[in-house]
Amino acid sequence: MSLLVESPAETQPRAPARQEAPAGRLFAPPWAIGWSIGFVAPLFLAATWEVLVGGGWVNGRLMPPPSRIGATLWDLAQSGELTSYAFATLWRVAAGFGIGAAVGTVLGAASGASLFLRRLMDPTLQALRAIPSIAWVPLFILWLGIFEASKVALIAVGVFFPIYLGVAAAVGGIDRKIIEVGRIFRLTRLEMVRRVTLPAILPAWITALRTGLGLGFMFVVAAEFMGASEGLGYLLVDGQQLGRPDRILAAIIAFAVLGKIADGILVIITRPLLAWQDVGRDKL
Amino acid sequence: MLIIDQLSKTYTDGVHALDRLDLSVRTGEIVALVGGSGCGKTTLLRLIAGLDVPSDGGIRLDDQSIVGPSADVGVIFQEPRLFPWLTVEDNVAFGLSKIGAFEREGLVANALTRVGLSGHGHRWPRELSGGQQQRVAIARALITRPRLLIMDEPFSALDPTTRASLHRHLLALWDESRPTVLLVTHDVEEAVMLADRIIVMQPNPGRLFDELNNTLSRPRDRLGTGFETLTRQILKSLDQSLKPAAPAALKASTADAAWW
Repeated sequence: MSLLVESPAETQPRAPARQEAPAGRLFAPPWAIGWSIGFVAPLFLAATWEVLVGGGWVNGRLMPPPSRIGATLWDLAQSGELTSYAFATLWRVAAGFGIGAAVGTVLGAASGASLFLRRLMDPTLQALRAIPSIAWVPLFILWLGIFEASKVALIAVGVFFPIYLGVAAAVGGIDRKIIEVGRIFRLTRLEMVRRVTLPAILPAWITALRTGLGLGFMFVVAAEFMGASEGLGYLLVDGQQLGRPDRILAAIIAFAVLGKIADGILVIITRPLLAWQDVGRDKL
Repeated sequence: MLIIDQLSKTYTDGVHALDRLDLSVRTGEIVALVGGSGCGKTTLLRLIAGLDVPSDGGIRLDDQSIVGPSADVGVIFQEPRLFPWLTVEDNVAFGLSKIGAFEREGLVANALTRVGLSGHGHRWPRELSGGQQQRVAIARALITRPRLLIMDEPFSALDPTTRASLHRHLLALWDESRPTVLLVTHDVEEAVMLADRIIVMQPNPGRLFDELNNTLSRPRDRLGTGFETLTRQILKSLDQSLKPAAPAALKASTADAAWW
């Protein structure tokens, strides 16, 4: 019987200990909870949407519920269309992103590093940046034909500008004091670029790449409106022409998922390069 | 020997920072430059470091003209200016890229030990305190064994305890190879603690105003009579240098007597 008797000193810490245990630790590790938080908003919207359509408050023909979109996605996946369309779109984004990122990085670095080159190039590029993407379509079709080249070129244009701007601003904004340390150690111009400039602009460059990649996914839609016979943009047009909003929404969801995955891959690849950053993100 | 001959600097915006400045510093000597704002102390250091070009006059180190950054001149700035993307040991090794990895590792380990940071080599600069970062900067500047070390208010951002600790570290390191040291400081006590000679500069434009020899033996006692007397002399000279009707600038030499 005495074994069941607990002194106040023993019992007192137990209650707070149970209260202080982090929420959810019993069910899942903290990282899993962190990841799952991102699903709360879309799942809530999907559930609300499903209920509204199921209850007859919203017209399900023009606004198909998530269950019907899911079924359409499943059908597309089963038929192989989803995979082939997704790969076609991804290939175009990858090619356009590669070209746009390379040219944007080189010209951005040149513009940021040289006042002469900035004065030479920047006004023209800023004027070109103001042109809506769709305005390039007829010109690219005339120049490059209806097939892949014109589509990739349009995506490259979309990717180019944020990367050009980001890199130019980053190079132009490198701390003079850091550059002076490089000068003290008599770095050659090439060494200065490799050992000081590139690492210094890396965070801004990666941010510009992520912005460019996002725009690449936006521009691929416009590109695939240019007479494409495959791709998620084509699925959008197809859905419109067939009066199938479920196919349109399935394509939109596929775009969102692919864009998120591509961005996530870029973040994972580049994260080790930025381990040195003193960030306060987790404390904000 | 460092010889500065009729050195003048006028910036493109018309600011006349230095005016016909003459100064000679013996090999192995520690000279402190003190003076009010705008007296050209930092300008002088930047010219000696080769970061700026003089408008007139010249600088020679052991009979070689300084026309740009030189391997013989090490610089420690007011801020540590570490590269945040390099670890502590890579920062220290920054100027050693032309020597082999094995030798470099040994030099870096030795340099970190000498500044009291052994075991910190793999850390990022952000993980160090301000005093530790400045020690890394000192190690980085000294590892190439420069003949002249110039320091621009290197301890001004540190608390008194850390500053005193770094004074001891610096003097111990200086004692190993005895480089010539030119130190800019606003802290008169720091000048007395470290320097063999204290140069007082006057502003607008920057000129030499006074020089005081420090004959106190090391290690120096802040509470000693000689320390206090010299500190007062420097403060008095600084006061006079800042008066609008300050007398014409002293043409500095290595002579002992103050100009008056």
